[in-house]
Amino acid sequence: MNPIQHHFIGQCTCLSLSPASTVLPASAPVPVPVSGAPSHSSPAPSPADKPAKSRAEQKAERRARQEADRASKQQSCSSSSKTKAPPSELNPVVKRLPEHVQVDDPAVVKRLAKKLERQQIPLRSDYGYKVSLFSHLHQYSRKAPLTQQLSIPSTVIHPSIVRLGLQYSQGIVVGSNARSVALLHAFKQVIRDYTTPPNEELARDLVNKLKPYISFLNQCRPLSASMGNAIKYIKKEISNIPSHFKEEEAKTKLQTCIDRYINENVVLAAKAISKYAIEKINLTSVILSDRTWKKFRVIVVDSRPRLEGREALRRLVQRGISCTYVLISALSYILPEVSKVFLGAHALLANGYVMSRVGTSQIALVARTFNVPVLVCCETYKFCERVQTDSFVSNELDDPDDLMVTRKGKTQLENWHDVSSLGLLNLVYDVTPPDFVDLVITDLGMIPCTSVPVVLRVKNLEQ
Amino acid sequence: MFHLVEKLVEYFRTQMRTDPDMASAVAAIRTLLEFLRRDKGETILGLRESLKWATDCLTEVDSSVAVSSGGELFLRFISLTSLEHQDLSRCKKVMEERGELFLEKISLSRTKVAKLCHTFIKDGAKILTHSSSRVVLRVLEKAAAEKKRFTVYVTESQPDTAGKQMADALRRINVPVTVVLDAAVGYVLEKVDLVIVGAEGVVESGGIINKIGTYQMAVCSKAHNKPFYVVAESFKFVRLYPLNQQDVPDRFKYKADTLRTVSDLSDEHPMIDYTPPSLITLLFTDLGVLTPSAVSDELIKLYL
Repeated sequence: MNPIQHHFIGQCTCLSLSPASTVLPASAPVPVPVSGAPSHSSPAPSPADKPAKSRAEQKAERRARQEADRASKQQSCSSSSKTKAPPSELNPVVKRLPEHVQVDDPAVVKRLAKKLERQQIPLRSDYGYKVSLFSHLHQYSRKAPLTQQLSIPSTVIHPSIVRLGLQYSQGIVVGSNARSVALLHAFKQVIRDYTTPPNEELARDLVNKLKPYISFLNQCRPLSASMGNAIKYIKKEISNIPSHFKEEEAKTKLQTCIDRYINENVVLAAKAISKYAIEKINLTSVILSDRTWKKFRVIVVDSRPRLEGREALRRLVQRGISCTYVLISALSYILPEVSKVFLGAHALLANGYVMSRVGTSQIALVARTFNVPVLVCCETYKFCERVQTDSFVSNELDDPDDLMVTRKGKTQLENWHDVSSLGLLNLVYDVTPPDFVDLVITDLGMIPCTSVPVVLRVKNLEQ
Repeated sequence: MFHLVEKLVEYFRTQMRTDPDMASAVAAIRTLLEFLRRDKGETILGLRESLKWATDCLTEVDSSVAVSSGGELFLRFISLTSLEHQDLSRCKKVMEERGELFLEKISLSRTKVAKLCHTFIKDGAKILTHSSSRVVLRVLEKAAAEKKRFTVYVTESQPDTAGKQMADALRRINVPVTVVLDAAVGYVLEKVDLVIVGAEGVVESGGIINKIGTYQMAVCSKAHNKPFYVVAESFKFVRLYPLNQQDVPDRFKYKADTLRTVSDLSDEHPMIDYTPPSLITLLFTDLGVLTPSAVSDELIKLYL
């Protein structure tokens, strides 16, 4: 039986929030998300021009440069500092915020533009008026996909990656699992078509080849936590290829690694989760001819603009389960009839917060008020080391034009661009505190929300 | 096979009789160790299967959560060693040694818990406790031995009025004690400084399963902002995750005799209830003083 998951999507139209002081100052010590692309604070080596320096040498050079910069900066503003502490104590290694949450800082945007130029990837421009609370995030339009600005055939980016990027930005491939699996399949294709250039080592060169692809995909649509973990895994596998492996051997090994990763973390995990979840669905069982039937009813809660719940509804009805379909505005009306709430998750953060489709925290909150247990189903590969306490700091803004709806021939809001003070906000994710979640069902078993760091630790030990 | 069951049960009952102060789980583990010694199995797998079967038999005799959790932990502990020896008898010997080590560890657990907990009882404290728990008794004995003066309120704890036994035991060590009705918990709480209860089982969420009436007491102490402490040995940690009262499996809710004789359980009154972790302040175990969220961490370490 498939795990029963509710899909929720943002329905935010126009938020009339006063600009609160919750906008993150740029220097706050937020731990850097460990997902693939944004961790490049150094220039990526331009393809095949320079002789390949070893990674240690590059790092040492970078360090020396940073120290020199810091030392010169220290001297220039020494008048303001009272005590002359040595530079290394005054400047602990500041973890940089990822650029995708600093869009309103022009210096960061310039830095990103330079990096993309070096990698020969077009920069995607923002679209439409952004609500001030979220002005630090990107907001793209679906009508202007990044691929329009690429030359065909693109010499830098592999065609399967171009296709994948288009599928992401047009919303053809949606959902955390689907995106990760598609990404891994595209990488398999890339590896198949890859040939090691002369005087290069596969382990290092392939990783460097993947960097512009990841930047490109990030431009098409910001990477999800699961994709970040998958990319980390692949990079680790590639760099661990022993140097004596021939190219064919290495490529086959990588393909098998990817297949195994998908099998273990997505396919088998889903089976394990459904096995545990079934124990929690314990109502009157009705013996029906030769099979035991668990008699229960499912209420699918859905919300605009994505209406992803319809797909779940279709699958449940095909299985013969009696279902009810409501929109999220009817939540408090139906909750008294509900015995348990099952939610899916996009990612689980290290402080126990659940990041999921917008609307999830609303459901968890109302369910808590009605004393209905809330269960979150999430595979362990979606656990990430990030910490987040609110939905503003790091989120995704979808195309605001999605909120326009045409009914009976009339489209409200179709001239929203003309109204200068009007902003449309189409949030994708929100963050639910662990107090509202009773249980998390993972492929390792049932754990409380606060035990996410334990699982991360156990997984790190295994590796 | 039937006479084997009888022998097992008889041994278990004798253990319980000879030392009434021993936890039922400890008696069960002693029985399992003896079973292991006398077992004439030919394979390790067969040995494990028969140990599991023996645990199930004992759970049918005494349906408390601790017996089942203790049995499972015992099995895991003895198999958590390299059993790569060629000779079956040598493997068995290793397992027996591990079993004895386990037994020794857990017989010291109550003392460890008492040592940790008695410091939380200040001089002049008024303590509320529920029903009769040997661990709580040990804690209070230790506090009294440290020359602390305190008074205790015990709930009568129907239907077996176990609270009265607790009161007798406390009077024997000259602790002033008052027995109150189960319904008087809310009334008494304003006079009380802290609440200490034992547990029959500690579940994965950090909540506890204990004699019925504990949940009520926890809710009232939360309303009065009084600390609610739980004392439990680590072999009571069990891999259950109840979401509410109904989610606790029937085999733990009722006494073993009731489960065997009565067919329709809806007329029977459950003997235990589930207290969620949000109402518990701290848990004192032989693994240390834990917050409810740390219990899952410890469980993962114990079971994985």
